[in-house]
Amino acid sequence: MIATRDAYGEALAELGGENDKIVVLDADLSGSTKTGVFAKKFPNRFFNMGIAEANMVGTAAGLAAVGKVPFLSTFAIFAAGRGWEQIRQSVAYPKANVKIVATHGGVTVGEDGGSHQSVEDVAIMRAIPNMTVIVPADGEETKGAIRAVAAYKGPVYVRLGRNKVPSVFPAGHKFEIGKGVVVVPGTDLTFITTGLMTAAAVTAAEKLKAEGISARVLHIGTIKPLDKELVLQAAEETGAIVTAEEHSVVGGLGGAVAEFLAETCPTLMKRVGVYDRFGTSGKSDELLKYFGLNAETLIEEAREIVSRKK
Amino acid sequence: MKEKIADLEEKARRLRVAIVKTLHKSQSGHTGGSLSAIDMVCALYFHKMRHNPADPAWEGRDRFVLSKGHAAPALYVTLAECGYFPAEDLMMLRRLGSHLQGHPDSKGTPGVDVCTGSLGQGLSMANGMALGLKLDGKENRVYAVLGDGELQEGQIWEAAMAASHYKSDNLCALIDSNGLQIDGDVSKVMNVSSISDKFKAFGWNVIEIDGHDMGEIVAALDQAEAHKGAPTAIVAKTVKGKGVHLFENKASYHGVTPNDDELPEALRCLGCCD
Repeated sequence: MIATRDAYGEALAELGGENDKIVVLDADLSGSTKTGVFAKKFPNRFFNMGIAEANMVGTAAGLAAVGKVPFLSTFAIFAAGRGWEQIRQSVAYPKANVKIVATHGGVTVGEDGGSHQSVEDVAIMRAIPNMTVIVPADGEETKGAIRAVAAYKGPVYVRLGRNKVPSVFPAGHKFEIGKGVVVVPGTDLTFITTGLMTAAAVTAAEKLKAEGISARVLHIGTIKPLDKELVLQAAEETGAIVTAEEHSVVGGLGGAVAEFLAETCPTLMKRVGVYDRFGTSGKSDELLKYFGLNAETLIEEAREIVSRKK
Repeated sequence: MKEKIADLEEKARRLRVAIVKTLHKSQSGHTGGSLSAIDMVCALYFHKMRHNPADPAWEGRDRFVLSKGHAAPALYVTLAECGYFPAEDLMMLRRLGSHLQGHPDSKGTPGVDVCTGSLGQGLSMANGMALGLKLDGKENRVYAVLGDGELQEGQIWEAAMAASHYKSDNLCALIDSNGLQIDGDVSKVMNVSSISDKFKAFGWNVIEIDGHDMGEIVAALDQAEAHKGAPTAIVAKTVKGKGVHLFENKASYHGVTPNDDELPEALRCLGCCD
């Protein structure tokens, strides 16, 4: 178990030694976002911009315009929320080579409450042309994703979490932008998941096996561009889809899959996520249970959707 | 030097003619703010900045950010005059398929490095460029032209704070202070004065000039370059619509173009006989 933000800090510090064009910006949260690890190693390439996210985004765009590879970090709510128009105009519109790595996404931020729980950032970023949106499942995938993002030319939004999450991928897992991964094979339905919900889906699939239900787990690390090939294959081969994300069901992974399948292969579907509401204070595990973001909900939805197939 | 100033003044006059003709042709775009900023843009491109129209991406170039992106015609006529693209292209301003978008777009126009137009964002980008160039140990400078109404955006002051904090003395902001915005007087819509005091309070080197006096513009740009340890703000008093009495000091000409009736008089004011 490792938090994806910790993996980010390690990956940044490692990549910083390989590519001196990488610069990092933070808005007074370098201890929490883990960019501080990079700052310690490469102080002259780290810019703390203070509590001023809009300016941080614009500054990163300027750094990219003179050939730097800027990574900027703050909490997801401030990056995608306060920085939205700056990201749209100064980063995505010109296809600036800026990497927005937002930490503390989703409800697992916990006790800080609904004001700090970003459940709409993926939808906001997905709606912007030219933007690539990545939500890794675990620490290992985060390391691979950050490496892939550094090598990719163009704007990217990566959404990470605050807490330690179970491992899904083995050490050295290679991340490819735009490629989903079938983590568990299965024939009766497919869990299409992202972020920490992929680990929950793996647990759910194991338990369903005992009941004679064969659930496939398709992990989508890149929400945009969506791996249409694997999603279509899952729809055609299993005939039932349950999406799951630590995010609103509006506009995130569930939305992306529903939009795509509605036009190509209408399929029985259920979306697990936060249903059009704000978060609330509580411990992370309490909140996951409260919003039904766990293996139990996935199992229930799987049983229900499989019964509807008949 | 006197000769140089006279040359720049003549250049600026010709650029004003080009602005009026371009906007008359497009029948869409911003007249007042293009004419108020053109003397400064002219001085930058024909006197101060190191740049190479034959190689727009030349690494040794100074950078320019038109933060008040609606003054795009002022930039476009200048880039065309420099030879970044043919002058005929100006007649396609704001047309479907043209590389001359309504606001500066780095993806299509040779010589444009960043996308601007959403007010308040340019100074952040300019400072980002300045920080990056410094990091590489380069001497290149970054110039940004801002509107006074634009200073109402809070991001400007975030950027002002950051540029001063990081001692970006390779950055120079030119404030085109024409005193007018869409809804009327800047002082009445949302008073931003004193602009100089504000930039001084944020740690900037401040120079006040008449933004239509070529001698003062050139001197201020030279002073800005010589100043070390802090970014420089050149606060330029200007006249919206400068050069054409029909448009001068009229907020209504913010986003309005010369019509057929106004064109001959506008060109006459600018000493244009053709």
